[in-house]
Amino acid sequence: MNGTGLIVSSSPHQRAAVSTPVIMSDVILALMPAALAGVWFFGLRALAMMVVCVATAVGTEAGLEKLMRKPLTIGDYSAAVAGFLLALVLPPDLPLWMGAIGAAFAMAIAKFIFGGLGQNIFNPALIGRAVLLASWPVFMTRWRWPIFQAPWIPDFDAVSSATPLALWKLSGIKTPYLNLFVGNVAGSIGETSALAILIGAAYLLWRGHISWRIPVSFVGTVAVLAALFGQDPLFHVLAGGLLLGAFFMATDYVTSPVTPKGQLVFGIGCGVLTVFIRLYGGYPEGVCYAILIMNAATALIDRLTVPRKFGEVKKVA
Amino acid sequence: MATMVAKTFRGGVHAHYHKEGTASKPIRRLPPPTRVVIPLHQHTGAPCEPLVKVGDELKVGQKIGDSSARLTAPVHASVSGKVVGISSHPQSGGRDVLSIIIESDGKETLDEHVEPRTDVDDLSADDIKAIIREAGIVGLGGAAFPTYFKLTPPPGKSFDTVILNGAECEPYLSADHRLMVERPGDIVDGARLLLKATGVNRAYVGIEENKPDAIEAISEAAKEDDRISVVPLKVKYPQGAEKQLIWAILGREVPSGGLPIDVGVVVNNVGTAAAVRDAVFSGMPLVERVVTVAGSCIAEPQNVVVKVGMLVSDLIDACGGYSAPPAKIIIGGPMMGVAQFTTDIPVTKGTSGVLLLSKEEAAPIEPMPCVRCGKCVEACSMRLMPLWIASYAEAGRFDDAERMNALDCIECGCCSFICPSRRRLVQAIRLAKSEIMARRRRAQAK
Repeated sequence: MNGTGLIVSSSPHQRAAVSTPVIMSDVILALMPAALAGVWFFGLRALAMMVVCVATAVGTEAGLEKLMRKPLTIGDYSAAVAGFLLALVLPPDLPLWMGAIGAAFAMAIAKFIFGGLGQNIFNPALIGRAVLLASWPVFMTRWRWPIFQAPWIPDFDAVSSATPLALWKLSGIKTPYLNLFVGNVAGSIGETSALAILIGAAYLLWRGHISWRIPVSFVGTVAVLAALFGQDPLFHVLAGGLLLGAFFMATDYVTSPVTPKGQLVFGIGCGVLTVFIRLYGGYPEGVCYAILIMNAATALIDRLTVPRKFGEVKKVA
Repeated sequence: MATMVAKTFRGGVHAHYHKEGTASKPIRRLPPPTRVVIPLHQHTGAPCEPLVKVGDELKVGQKIGDSSARLTAPVHASVSGKVVGISSHPQSGGRDVLSIIIESDGKETLDEHVEPRTDVDDLSADDIKAIIREAGIVGLGGAAFPTYFKLTPPPGKSFDTVILNGAECEPYLSADHRLMVERPGDIVDGARLLLKATGVNRAYVGIEENKPDAIEAISEAAKEDDRISVVPLKVKYPQGAEKQLIWAILGREVPSGGLPIDVGVVVNNVGTAAAVRDAVFSGMPLVERVVTVAGSCIAEPQNVVVKVGMLVSDLIDACGGYSAPPAKIIIGGPMMGVAQFTTDIPVTKGTSGVLLLSKEEAAPIEPMPCVRCGKCVEACSMRLMPLWIASYAEAGRFDDAERMNALDCIECGCCSFICPSRRRLVQAIRLAKSEIMARRRRAQAK
């Protein structure tokens, strides 16, 4: 036995069980309730969009890596996660080919050319959405109600293509909490059901894959600021893309701060921007741009929030 | 005491502890081996000079190596028998060390100096420290720092607290746990001697909550002495790291680059306390210790009392041999222990465990790209930025690594443990530390 065949390596010799592919597949699992709600409310069209976006994202990453002779990384599931997330923030009736373009752009421009996994500055799924919104604004703002009438909306047929946030912003009509919570309202495929999103979020928190810092500071800031501006905080929390954004987009490891304090700053920043865009911006919803803008600040936030190291105290004389 | 809210530090990780295989079995005393290899350098500080020559007849407890350096620890014969060689021999640290090889006569004849003391209460602090030095006692937690040296504060500084470390946070290891359960009175006696040696009247014994029997045993043994109290600690690695332990128990932060004495504390392992008791009461120098032999490839995992100098290969045989071919053999715990290329190495004073891991457990893992999850930042027990320091080290930017406080790293390994991308973070930081220190030495030499 002496000297033969023993592996010698530097400690530690034991590793935690959770690896990056495990985390990514858990994120996919955690998105399932929101995806199922999307299919339930918007039909198989929603499912088709998810399939197209995931397939395009994975295919784009694999194709580019093959083309550039880079090691294949689709096995880490991060491409699938990005495609899945993109589908969930698109309107249900968007032409499928547009979804494909968004997914391809997300992987090629927002992720691959930055250097692949871990190197991108902006959340790829949100870049995909932003590009589609800029390219086809009409298609990207055409919504569908999953129900045939909503008694709280006086002229339902005329406004049926408006999301709860748009309804509130343009007509001052407030959608009841229960509908917002369950998700039978107009909106992006995976954004409407607060219940489904929170189930998935609870799973990620329980598994320890995300910390509470970004989502809680993000959602909390939106609620507090909304209240300060005389708005209904609960409505602002439940409506639009806030919950999906706060738990699944803003918590994206690669594009959010690594320091505990930085994560709080990031979440608060996202919340402030979201409220300001919702109240004063040209769009009814601000979550996507709020997160993208804060993505740009992530490196700076990290630098300014480096923890005080243990032992950084005055020397005892 | 045990109902107290458990204390802890910030950061750290929850590792699978793997202690169930050994923690409930009584410590077994191994018969003396036929041959021991006793390194003359098994501690922090200067190596010893041999005091014996080939052919000499030795008795148990006889001093066989010492040095005139200030920071050192003498070594003693752990068996009676004949010196058959003085030569270089591999040691668990990876280097060959000049060692005294003794063939045992199996008689276990005690050296005449080894005599029970009747005047323990009359000993002064300096007497106790002198006995500790002569007995070659070093920290038994693994670092093997000479104990008498730790007990002597530098000029202008003084102690107010003694902490005994019974955290035993390394996975697999249960030697301290068993010792606390089986010899609580001796550990408490050791604590009293350490109090006297330092002139302090406050001692805490920090024990992780997963050892309720140890907490109870020590509390019971110390209940007559109101200077000594047990502090239950949360089960979290590295709870037993010196700075983290002091913070958990006292809320004092050892300054960066400083030592526990800078906050008035001296920390000793519970095993060290028992060794101090043995040296003072029975006059027996440090010639044996408890070692955890564990892992999936050992036939009979258990804690054993082993003579210093027993070869690891003999130790493995004494524990039933391999149950499966091991792929990795570690001296110490899996978080900070050292992987060995051979079993032809002796158990030394600092050997807390011998772990035999299977091929599956030891399989090297290829790192993936950092996803910036921040788990290493959260886990770092020194609140550093492991991902940044490691990146700088990998890029050869050692000045930047130093600026990011690489030298504050205690190498607990939490960052590498937790990293979902399996990056070799602490390994890269270690590289940075040694490079930074080498540069400092070069600069000083100029």
